[in-house]
Amino acid sequence: MARIDLVDLAHSYGGNDAPQDSFALKPVTMTWRQGGAYALLGPSGCGKTTLLNVISGIITPSRGKILFDGKDITPLSTQKRNIAQVFQFPVIYDTMTVGQNLAFPLKNRGVPKAEIDKRVAEIGRLLDLESYLNRKATRLTADAKQKISLGRGLVRSDVAAVLFDEPLTVIDPELKWQLRSKLKALHRELDLTMIYVTHDQTEALTFADTVVVMHDGRVVQSGTPAELFDKPAHTFVGYFIGSPGMNILPAEVRGREARIDGHVIALNRAYDNLPAGAKIEIGVRPEFVEAVAPAPGLLTARIERIDDLGRIRFARARLGDAKLAARAPSGFTSSDGMAGLKFDPSHVHVYADSLLVEGAV
Amino acid sequence: MDKTVNQKAWFLVLPVFLVVAFSAVLPLMTVVNYSMQDTFGNNQFFWNGVGWFKELLDPSTDLGGRFLASLGRNLFFSMVILAIEVPLGIVVALSMPRQGWTVAACLVILALPLLIPWNVVGTIWQIFGRPDIGLLGYVLNAMGIDYNYVSNEIDAWVTVIVMDVWHWTSLVALLCYAGLKSIPEAYYQAAQIDGASRWAVFKAIQLPKMNRVLLIAVLLRFMDSFMIYTEPFVVTGGGPGNSTTFVSIELVKIALGQFDLGKAAALSLVYNLIILIVCWIFYTVMTNAGVERKVQAESEPVAEPKPSAALKPVPALKPKEGVA
Repeated sequence: MARIDLVDLAHSYGGNDAPQDSFALKPVTMTWRQGGAYALLGPSGCGKTTLLNVISGIITPSRGKILFDGKDITPLSTQKRNIAQVFQFPVIYDTMTVGQNLAFPLKNRGVPKAEIDKRVAEIGRLLDLESYLNRKATRLTADAKQKISLGRGLVRSDVAAVLFDEPLTVIDPELKWQLRSKLKALHRELDLTMIYVTHDQTEALTFADTVVVMHDGRVVQSGTPAELFDKPAHTFVGYFIGSPGMNILPAEVRGREARIDGHVIALNRAYDNLPAGAKIEIGVRPEFVEAVAPAPGLLTARIERIDDLGRIRFARARLGDAKLAARAPSGFTSSDGMAGLKFDPSHVHVYADSLLVEGAV
Repeated sequence: MDKTVNQKAWFLVLPVFLVVAFSAVLPLMTVVNYSMQDTFGNNQFFWNGVGWFKELLDPSTDLGGRFLASLGRNLFFSMVILAIEVPLGIVVALSMPRQGWTVAACLVILALPLLIPWNVVGTIWQIFGRPDIGLLGYVLNAMGIDYNYVSNEIDAWVTVIVMDVWHWTSLVALLCYAGLKSIPEAYYQAAQIDGASRWAVFKAIQLPKMNRVLLIAVLLRFMDSFMIYTEPFVVTGGGPGNSTTFVSIELVKIALGQFDLGKAAALSLVYNLIILIVCWIFYTVMTNAGVERKVQAESEPVAEPKPSAALKPVPALKPKEGVA
């Protein structure tokens, strides 16, 4: 149980002298509070596994420090840190029974037998593994094996955090939901800090109360799912989270107006101090753009197709070179393939060089 | 799919059949024929039925005594070299580097003894151990250790065993190394997380993952050492006395030294039979281990919608070996 602080932490597989651009993990300073359920979200290769392995000690960072409750544990080996980690593929000790597998982390740390039995029984109960405790672990299905891996991660009561590295990759979609809800329930029951790495936004948003989005070795935003959805701090977050992702359109912004192709889009806030020379874009979620019949004063786009997602329809449109998606209200049809776009001003954000700019009220 | 039936295809098999018949079946039958007869040279043969076989298994006779004694020596020799080479091979494999140019260097150095012909190995050690001019023999004697493999039985045994260990430990080590290399990195990381000691990692991960290659190593080393002939023959010639006379050496003595074709034939048949039986036992054990492995190698998620069914053991023989 601990608060985990990362202080100016960075890692390069090429060594500390490699150019900063090549760092797998660019300098990051952040805090993981005790008992939080975190998701580390990002596309493959964005450095999330590196960050996880740095926290667990499998990798020693090139720079910076990791503090557990204010104590610097950077030089400590994995064995000496109070960390549990569950990997992408199930790791099972072939010769042991399910129970022995669960007991292994405790046995290695010299926990008394009675205590081990108690913990194993408890974790077995929580993961529905009770009736299998005396069976050989090798003859089980992949998801049962992964449950054992999860169990080994959860069995120690003294860990500072449990790290999950895309633990449900090998599991069927159906079972994924169940195991994820199970994890969520376990989180509430055991009061553990959990960090869950995934590239699947649904997984991240359903599991975590704080989602940390990584992109190209950098932590670009960390916040609640609602924050990420409503106010992406980086165009990448807007694009990566939500389906379809946020529309990002190059625009000229002056005061309370954004101009695209000479059309004016009203903004809720005033943007007078935009950095000069920066690439200015506006970002708006498809949910807050409505496709209507073309009318004067409305930005007009060419409709390419309409995706019917059942409860909602999205028009996929093209605006010059840019592609965008807009909500298509029921009854909307386009006779000539053109549609007018109505923006909801309170949900249009302005980005300078991909970073969110806060406007003045 | 319809199979094309073409009986002419048998003609393609015929050459192989003939070659096998002449190279294996006929010689073997000749040996069986000899084993039932006695000869006094001059190409005169007398029927002896199963007489030689009875004698062979009866320690009170000359033939039986020699056979059983050499068989005992052979088994003892195999046990000793297995007991040394298998653990030693594992230790060598464990201490080998995993990456970098040193890997290639280690592999080449390890492979060297395996590439030397048997009789050359024998000759090397024969000279190496000589007290007068051999480096090993001379140094040992200079250090005050009375070492002479020509006159002392224990010295002869030690020499033969050390020679075999030198020659063949590499094979075990290379097999184990291959087994070790196939263990995914995640296992070691998980073990680190679980706080496993070096010994616990070995016991829980490395040894179980190596058990298949170890079985192969044990099989190969047992078979080879049980049939050993050239090296001890070159070094000690089976002596001093009969102390390092193994079954194959005894066989050659009887067949070519005494020209007792009947006895030699009977002996070689029994010898052959022992090897076949041991082979079969090993094969059975290994295939069973293989089946178990296939069953446990289930790594593909099995579509089982109901949670109650999620823990069902995997039905046997799923294809595809995976990370698990």
